[in-house]
Amino acid sequence: MTASLLRDLKSLLGPSNVLHQKEDLMLYEYDGSVEKGRPDVVVFPHTTEDVSRIVKLAAKHHVPIVGRGAGTGLSGGALARGGGVMIVFARMNRILEIDLENQRAVVQPGVVNLDITSAVEKAGLYFAPDPSSQKSCTIGGNVAENAGGPHTLAYGVTVNHIAALELVLPDGEIVRVGSKHGDSSGYDLCGLFVGSEGTLALVTEITVKLARKPEAVKTLLAIFDAVDDASLTVAEITARGITPAACEMLDGWTLRVVEDYVHAGFPRDSAAVLLVELEGLHEAAETQAEAVVDVCRTHCAREVRVAKDERERELLWKGRKNAFGALGRLAPTNYVLDGVIPRSKLPQALQHIQEIGKKYGFAIGNIFHAGDGNLHPIVLYDSRDAKALEKAIAASEEIIRYCVDLGGALTGEHGVGMEKNELMTLMFSEADFDLMRRVHDAFNPDSSLNPGKVFPLSKGCGEIRVKAKDMMGSNR
Amino acid sequence: MLTANLAAKLQGLLGATRVTAVEDALPSFAVDGISPAAIIQPASAEEVAEVVRFAASEGLAIVSCGSRSKLELGMPPARYDIALDMTGLCRIAHYDAGDLTLSVDAGMPLRQLEQALAEKQQFLPLAVPCFETSTVGGAVASGIDSVLRQQYGTARDFLIGAEFVDGTGRICKSGGRVVKNVTGYDLHKLLIGSLGTLCVITRLNFRTFPLAQVSGGHLVSFVGVDGALAFRRGVEAAGLPLSNLEVFSPGTAAILAAILRSAKSGVPLGLEQGRWCVYASHEGNTAVVERISRELEKFAHDTGATNCEPLDQSADESLGGMLREAFEWLRFASPAVLLLRVALPEFSAEVSADLSDILKANSMRGAFLLRARGVVYFLAQGDSDEGAALDRLEKTARDVRRLTAEKQGHATLLHAPLALKSRASIWAGADENISLMRRVKQAFDPQGLFAPGRFWGGL
Repeated sequence: MTASLLRDLKSLLGPSNVLHQKEDLMLYEYDGSVEKGRPDVVVFPHTTEDVSRIVKLAAKHHVPIVGRGAGTGLSGGALARGGGVMIVFARMNRILEIDLENQRAVVQPGVVNLDITSAVEKAGLYFAPDPSSQKSCTIGGNVAENAGGPHTLAYGVTVNHIAALELVLPDGEIVRVGSKHGDSSGYDLCGLFVGSEGTLALVTEITVKLARKPEAVKTLLAIFDAVDDASLTVAEITARGITPAACEMLDGWTLRVVEDYVHAGFPRDSAAVLLVELEGLHEAAETQAEAVVDVCRTHCAREVRVAKDERERELLWKGRKNAFGALGRLAPTNYVLDGVIPRSKLPQALQHIQEIGKKYGFAIGNIFHAGDGNLHPIVLYDSRDAKALEKAIAASEEIIRYCVDLGGALTGEHGVGMEKNELMTLMFSEADFDLMRRVHDAFNPDSSLNPGKVFPLSKGCGEIRVKAKDMMGSNR
Repeated sequence: MLTANLAAKLQGLLGATRVTAVEDALPSFAVDGISPAAIIQPASAEEVAEVVRFAASEGLAIVSCGSRSKLELGMPPARYDIALDMTGLCRIAHYDAGDLTLSVDAGMPLRQLEQALAEKQQFLPLAVPCFETSTVGGAVASGIDSVLRQQYGTARDFLIGAEFVDGTGRICKSGGRVVKNVTGYDLHKLLIGSLGTLCVITRLNFRTFPLAQVSGGHLVSFVGVDGALAFRRGVEAAGLPLSNLEVFSPGTAAILAAILRSAKSGVPLGLEQGRWCVYASHEGNTAVVERISRELEKFAHDTGATNCEPLDQSADESLGGMLREAFEWLRFASPAVLLLRVALPEFSAEVSADLSDILKANSMRGAFLLRARGVVYFLAQGDSDEGAALDRLEKTARDVRRLTAEKQGHATLLHAPLALKSRASIWAGADENISLMRRVKQAFDPQGLFAPGRFWGGL
């Protein structure tokens, strides 16, 4: 990076909004994934105009840009793979407008997901997408990755809750897409930009849809002596036309680790637990809960606990929500995978994942969104051992390939980023890539925004690669 | 000459039986009075790709059609050489009832699909006008509202993937067949409402929904718009899950009553009294339906309804079915009709008065229908599509557009006399994002083969 760009950025934003010392930059070289990529400079804009000016400056200096929220992503989406300028939205964190009557809020990208709900819950409203990191992840990152969460089973992922966006394009132009109310006219650009992983534009303002809290919530914990029984229960819940708000599974290995740490009351000798939540009017939640209990019993659940009040409900969720922390006690690093399968194929998929674990010599836990077939196998390894990381990645690839073979997808909510861009060829043909590349180039023709993400870079895909900047003569 | 040559070349591609260039047949594929030179009916995505590659090599314009029930949405095509009759692609490719997912060819009729899903106690909430004839591809490409959007949203909320042929004549896909998937760009979302201007849709993947055990409906009427809107706000704030919640003006009620009468269906009392009406339908188990019915009656009482009529199953099906077809009967309500879909932050009594004032100022009769949040159908009924009457319709359109712009909303044209549609200056600049949309169009269809000029802004 040139000294003149640094000087220009400091002059634009003030020195307190620019980081460029190595020890500062190291804090921004990783996210929640196993990937790394260090920026050359980190900047903190306060306004959309700041963002536009930063983008123009970077373009002038031919330096790539990557946007970043809280850095909780799990696919390397917010890492500076090609170095360059990292725009961190932490200081654009204001809720600009709340329209309770029409169930809309206008927020800056650095607002933390859960803070939206906190701001409106007194009025009986909330923001539905609830990724596990919702206490720290930002809405800008959620939009970029089209984040999910346990309750997306009934309510959909982030895109279903976004009405409009303000964006800064790679040439610094500020545009608005979508419509705060009703449908926008023309192509659904908002639907295109959500989930484009920061490769088309930077999001600077988001109009979210607020959902109304349900009148009743019933939370059940079903305990099984065989993983297959739990899997068959999930498939039958779906097949019976019951739509839970959430349907989560922890396998025996995981629940024992969690129980030792969280004391959520999971029997240590069980093979799997299902956490099922039903919402709606009292009359609907009650009946559906009874039906779910019936399905669980049909599939030999050892026990079904129904939370009697909010305290018991929180206890049941405690084990699920703190699971990743618990796993940290077993190994220095855990690699959380994200694949999707048709939910009717859960039993065979879980068996196969265990076989892959055995083949590579890893213990693989499963804690995942069973209701929509969104698997999160967790590979525990020691990141200080380079060979272990290699093996973990190989095991992960084999699992993801298997998901795709079953008719599933590479990622259900974590995004492609730089974790799975080389695996994209499992799902997409050359024609698919060619079109995606043309759409990419229509907005980001020089690949100055988030280069090296989503599209495969490997030589075999030379024709379909998106021009990643020549890692910009980076000084690393 | 073009016709004879083109037909021969197309016959060379897919065989003589799939190509029609008989002059009498062509007008049935016309768009706003413009007929194609030939009609071709492919039977697979590969055949579609072949036709598109041929069109690309010859520089010919293609309009893909399903049942042709909504071809008048959008602008007249700037060029139109080949009509691609997609009804030959009409199979269910995959239906995984246990997963609640479906992959279906674009030319599959919605009614036929409905029957197949009902066998597994499921449905697709794509309840669009012209339901009896519409194809699934046409319904998505038209972007027209489903009457169930209050509860199920728009196609954007349940379309999970697509296969289509792009402007280079290659078969592409996006999304997949699982309900949760963030792999790659969501290009399939762009196809919704694209009026066939981006690609030829060959297959669509959806999540399906379980059919409810029972359903019910109420028609509630009010002297003024205030009461109807207060009722609507109240039931929404109470979080009552309603599959349908429509508010309509006395003008709409009168048109609807006349149609029900002519169809020899019973006419609910509330439609006959020159009142503002709210139709609320709901579904679930018996306890849920009974509870919602009680609550609706209580809200009706609290908001000063003059009438709150529970509808028996047949009356409910008939009224719900008619409201699904609203686009169809509104656009034929008078000899010359202007029908706009207006998106506004809030449809208040004040907005209603402003819209009524516009009608009055232009000596026009009219009606409104509020469907889901922020979506209003605005109807202006003219006497003729010529001369001063047409000018008054044009003035009405301009006035509504000005009003919606002032209120940070916008208005989209659904129907107008051809002479008015052709006055392109009214519709120009319909969207500030036209330059972004042009980039998308260019990416999908670099040569501009697909329905050129049909989309807003000349795309």
